[in-house]
Amino acid sequence: MLHAYLSRRQFLLHSGSAVAGVAVLGSAPAFLLPGPAWAGELKTLAQPVATTLLQMCRAIFPHAELDDVHYAPWVQGLDAEAAADPAVASLLGDGVRTLDAARGKPFVDLEMSTQLEVLRGIESSAFFQKVRGKGVVALYGNKAVWARLGYEGASWDKGGYLHRGFNDLDWLPDPPEEASPKPA
Amino acid sequence: MAKFAADDASVVVIIGSGAGGGTLANELCQQGIDVVLLEAGQRQSSAAFINDEWDSFAQLAWLDKRTTSGSWRIAKDFPNLPAWICKTVGGTTTHWAGASLRFHDWEFRARSTYGEIKGANLLDWPVTLAELEPYYARAEDKMGVTRTNGIPGLPGNNNFKVFYNGAIKAGYGQCHTGRMAINSRPRAGRNSCLQLGFCFQGCKSGAKWSTLYTEIPAAEATDHLELRTGAHVSRIEHDARGRASGVVYFDASGVEQRQKARVVCVAGNSIETPRLLLLSASGKFPDGLANSSGQVGRNYMRHMTGSVYAVFDQPVHFYRGTVMAGAILDEARNDPGRGFVGGYEMETLSLGLPFMGAFLEPGGWGPDFARMMSLYTHTAGMWLVGEDMPQESNRVTLNTAVKDQWGLPVPNVHFDDHPNDLAMREHAYRAGTRVYEAVGAVGVHRTPPYPSTHNLGTCRMSAKAEDGVCDAHGRTHDVPNLFISDGSQFTSGGAENPTLTIVSLAIRQAEYIGAQMAARAL
Repeated sequence: MLHAYLSRRQFLLHSGSAVAGVAVLGSAPAFLLPGPAWAGELKTLAQPVATTLLQMCRAIFPHAELDDVHYAPWVQGLDAEAAADPAVASLLGDGVRTLDAARGKPFVDLEMSTQLEVLRGIESSAFFQKVRGKGVVALYGNKAVWARLGYEGASWDKGGYLHRGFNDLDWLPDPPEEASPKPA
Repeated sequence: MAKFAADDASVVVIIGSGAGGGTLANELCQQGIDVVLLEAGQRQSSAAFINDEWDSFAQLAWLDKRTTSGSWRIAKDFPNLPAWICKTVGGTTTHWAGASLRFHDWEFRARSTYGEIKGANLLDWPVTLAELEPYYARAEDKMGVTRTNGIPGLPGNNNFKVFYNGAIKAGYGQCHTGRMAINSRPRAGRNSCLQLGFCFQGCKSGAKWSTLYTEIPAAEATDHLELRTGAHVSRIEHDARGRASGVVYFDASGVEQRQKARVVCVAGNSIETPRLLLLSASGKFPDGLANSSGQVGRNYMRHMTGSVYAVFDQPVHFYRGTVMAGAILDEARNDPGRGFVGGYEMETLSLGLPFMGAFLEPGGWGPDFARMMSLYTHTAGMWLVGEDMPQESNRVTLNTAVKDQWGLPVPNVHFDDHPNDLAMREHAYRAGTRVYEAVGAVGVHRTPPYPSTHNLGTCRMSAKAEDGVCDAHGRTHDVPNLFISDGSQFTSGGAENPTLTIVSLAIRQAEYIGAQMAARAL
């Protein structure tokens, strides 16, 4: 059943009917840029480790409509945890070494399909679980990601959706009044 | 607000301020009875509620450590979060969706109706629908349930439009925007629904009934209520005759306090209520208070649940508007020909993007998962909720190996699905899929049960003392001035969202306690 999503996604991207095409790239954190600036944004992780983790994050929740800047807070969250807990730092460091050793060349240089194979091979590991677990909140709780995926977030400050499209769906008939009375 | 002395043994002490405890407190205060209401959480307000799923979760959810065991998937995905319930004034009435359906007559007679089901510890309730009907009517009026008392239904949102059209095309005949304790018109001093889409996060418009801003302020206005927040009860004490004499709790500063009581009512939801009785074991009650039957903590029910999320070519924006204002009632019947006993409802449901990430497919990752998340705006969703079988081995016990912040053993929640639960879930998943495919879904996903929101049955009502913990009024069989006042009383789960029944039982219990006190029988 999931295969249906692939063609649907492509349909949406090409038809332009999804919000995915909206460009709202904010200013990139300095650590995403090459060069010494990276180090300044990281508390403890070495730049190559952070770069590899970023690629791992992209492979865990791969969204063509998201940019590195959307994944960066996830890596920053891991970095902060590593800074507070040496056990996490070594878990991440060792994990990245495992990724780089898996196919004889750096993980970041592998095709996405190969990266996914490598990750499937370690998905029950503590390292993978730590990174994935962090991403659920760090990625899908990120307001910049909401904007890209079309979630509108808080509604109270805008008066809710009563006058802003709670029932604006127009590709199906409106239910009869006994099932769905008109708003007061 | 009233203030009562710790050694005032004339008060009724109620533990928990949610649907059961909050309602009971008000109903007693209205009769002029003095009540001390102990709530472990803090007091929030509509103004303080947060339109953000994770921030709201941190504000309202019960996050004290719990452990899990058994074959349910929760034990793997959310081992320390068996239940999604609240620790705040108003309890889980801050979080509930508002669906307010009465039980069917036969659901009070589960054992007689279903017969003997292997592995199920079925029993008829010691109360009938006919006895409860006047209280259901009072609860519906109190809560302002739509489609009762002349209150119009809520207008359907986008998610309902998909749901309704699919239901009709799939051949269902009973589909509408539900009986909801959410104002479709201003009523009882509360606003009407603004279609915020954040019912689960505490209703900022106050349209949804919650004891936080209905029962509790009404009780406070009588001058018979003292609400103590941040009060975590650790033990119920008894006297030499075996009658409850008071409770011990940690106050907001963590200092141990003792409140005397004439009557004690426990309404901590179905995990904390049995835990507290077990923690109150004594020389006289070595297996826990009110546990001569051995049934305290057993028969834990959580409803058969699951969700179906479907993706469409066209946008839905299902997160806009009232979350659960949509119900298909056709499957809420007992028809063993379907391969299981008991029934279920289908109800509209949406999650915000953050909680979709957490709950759509726990542990999920990779391109398939990300694609579903990318199609969020084109997604419709429903919740499946039906009767699950009470089983003796599904139970809340004390985990003495793990302690909470007070040094008390945490509750362990053990759960295995009964074959009847599994058969019903499969049927419901197929039915939900049929509904969405009837209106052109291009992809359908079966989402497993969330951490339990409907926690029931761990101190169940029974006609005979050996079969359960309390009688038809929630009075424990063993301790005459100790009452169970929440969903723990449920003898069986029924198919319906439980809050309306909890509130109805609380109104009835308050009447009973008032009469017993007046007669000096309590």
